[in-house]
Amino acid sequence: MSNRKLTHLKELEAEAIYVLREVAEQFERPAILFSGGKDSIVVVHLAWKAFYPARIPFPLVHIDTGHNFAETIEYRDALVKRLGAELVVGSVQESIDTGRVKEETGYNASRNKLQTVTLLDTLEKYKFDAAIGGARRDEEKARAKERFFSHRDEFGQWNPKNQRPELWNIFNGRKNMGEHFRVFPISNWTEMDVWQYIYQEGIEMPSLYFTHRRRVFERDGQWLAAEPCMRLKPTETVVEKEVRCRTIGDITCTGVTLSQAHTLEEIIDEIAATRVTERGGRADDKRSETAMEDRKKAGYF
Amino acid sequence: MELLRFTTAGSVDDGKSTLIGRLLYDSKSIFEDQLEAVETASRNRGNEELNLALLTDGLRAEREQGITIDVAYRYFATPKRKFIIADTPGHVEYTRNMATGASTADLAIILVDARHGVLEQTVRHTYIAALLGIPHIVVCVNKMDLVGFSQEVFDRIRTDYLAMAGKLPVGQVTFMPISAKFGDNVVEPSTRMEWYDGGTLLHLLETVPVGHALPDRPMRLPVQHVIRPISDRFHDFRGYAGRLCGGTLRPGDAVTVWPSGKRSTVASIWFADRQLDECFAPESVTVCLTDDIDISRGDLLVRSDEPQPTVAQELRAMVCWLREERLQTGKRYVVRQATAETIGIVKAIDYKVDIHSLEPIEGVTELGANDIACVRIRTAQPLVFDSYDSNRTTGSLVFVDPDTNDTVGAGMILAERE
Repeated sequence: MSNRKLTHLKELEAEAIYVLREVAEQFERPAILFSGGKDSIVVVHLAWKAFYPARIPFPLVHIDTGHNFAETIEYRDALVKRLGAELVVGSVQESIDTGRVKEETGYNASRNKLQTVTLLDTLEKYKFDAAIGGARRDEEKARAKERFFSHRDEFGQWNPKNQRPELWNIFNGRKNMGEHFRVFPISNWTEMDVWQYIYQEGIEMPSLYFTHRRRVFERDGQWLAAEPCMRLKPTETVVEKEVRCRTIGDITCTGVTLSQAHTLEEIIDEIAATRVTERGGRADDKRSETAMEDRKKAGYF
Repeated sequence: MELLRFTTAGSVDDGKSTLIGRLLYDSKSIFEDQLEAVETASRNRGNEELNLALLTDGLRAEREQGITIDVAYRYFATPKRKFIIADTPGHVEYTRNMATGASTADLAIILVDARHGVLEQTVRHTYIAALLGIPHIVVCVNKMDLVGFSQEVFDRIRTDYLAMAGKLPVGQVTFMPISAKFGDNVVEPSTRMEWYDGGTLLHLLETVPVGHALPDRPMRLPVQHVIRPISDRFHDFRGYAGRLCGGTLRPGDAVTVWPSGKRSTVASIWFADRQLDECFAPESVTVCLTDDIDISRGDLLVRSDEPQPTVAQELRAMVCWLREERLQTGKRYVVRQATAETIGIVKAIDYKVDIHSLEPIEGVTELGANDIACVRIRTAQPLVFDSYDSNRTTGSLVFVDPDTNDTVGAGMILAERE
């Protein structure tokens, strides 16, 4: 017996690269959904590795809610420039302006749900037939059920009760006109795997993930960024705290955590000690017991 | 740290989801907000105790019916290993999802309800685990608390199971008496079964050998994608990208490309911007050769000094049919095997397996959902393959129905009869 063994990170990396190469072969116009969060950053890094020395054969698609942290947009633009990649932006503001969706009202108003319409419109407009995402099965219980190659009907819907069997590493991306696939190369990664991989690979990360001073307020036991798009209740007060983001999404539903983690090592230590999941800070998941499944069926990320 | 992939199977209500909930809970892999959500959901359902199954049964329909419909993947780590669990359904109509979960597993946990003993689903799941070549099977006799932790009950189930499994090519089988609900012998040793001196389930999971010793097998590289950058710096670069599913490869190795049979030598092996002195399965790499020969997706690169694969248009396979639409002999299916794709028909069904007696039934012309059979396949283009028991990747295939695009069958290629 040889002693040749892959570490779990190497094995997960090899699996993800295999999936990305399958996408390049099985679809005519695939794209990477890029949110600016750590998971999509890792997917882009894996795509660079999968096709080197050729360029990444997929454009990056960013669904812009208009409520992004400024750091996210800066990071996105720098990354696109460095890779020489094509960037496609789908704007939720535009969907609102053209009457495709209606803005939510109230204190907990979020554009998170509206994104689904903008996303599906963008996929259709550019005729993307596969959308590669950074979703992971350990994030949420509905995502725990997702295949690597996840079929979407012509309305962009997911049918969780009747998914295609996916045996071994044989992925079936065959579809009819108008249908598309969502593909999740890092399905089997955990939050800890993602950070350990970022550390191992020395991937540059947006500053939001590291501790910084920020104006925040507390709502339902969760710290939120006091940005102009957030409407404060009369009882809420803004204070300045040392915080970092554990996940990055739309400002309205991204909780920040009090943290002293300045480096990747400190982030890894912090995650190892934490007792709350990363989506514990996501207001969008707390709307109901099966909030994620319901959004996914409708075509969400 | 190593990665162990395992699957759980068993009949309805055997407590698979509860067992996984217990593994996660007792190994402290559950977070406070997840626990809070399960506590709330348990109360809403009128459950008096914490219903650990709600941790994994995530779909609305699953929570409503209290069953598992689709595979749920769960992740946890101990200081010794990382684990990927495929929690698979027990209902017979969701057997396809059980096969999905089992196809990549190193180990299968098969649950048996201590009150009910070995059932048809136990036989079916053991048979599928054996067919899919899972090297380790752990039979967990669950709900021991409901049979007074009786050694007699446990021993009888073991005897029944071994009598049935004796007819199957199963790997190593281990038996354990457990109570997933109360945690006996899952992570902590039970204090209520003095007669049992084996270890806990978690201890076994942490120590069982991982993987199929892939690097020790003959080198196999199914070509996925050809990389041609067409840039000034890499003007003549032509790399064959793929994931090794067996063996090791080094620059200078003589290789043969199938199905053409052309030969060349490895010039360099790339992983991103680094060149490697050696690569081994299951790494994903890019290989450049010294000669400019015609190679495309679906071809198989092998080492010339190792056993060669079979190239043929006729083959025999054990097939597990996954859908209601029946397998018809003579119907054209899309056949996918490793990275190759062609059209194929099932020429004949040699026999179907009777899942009760495990005896062959001859004279069958159609297969329905969850049927398992030995079939003869003919393909439009030659396939390059090994037998499933020598390589899980080059030895497996799926049938796709060209009318629905759905994956309808899974096949494990049999070695040619001498």
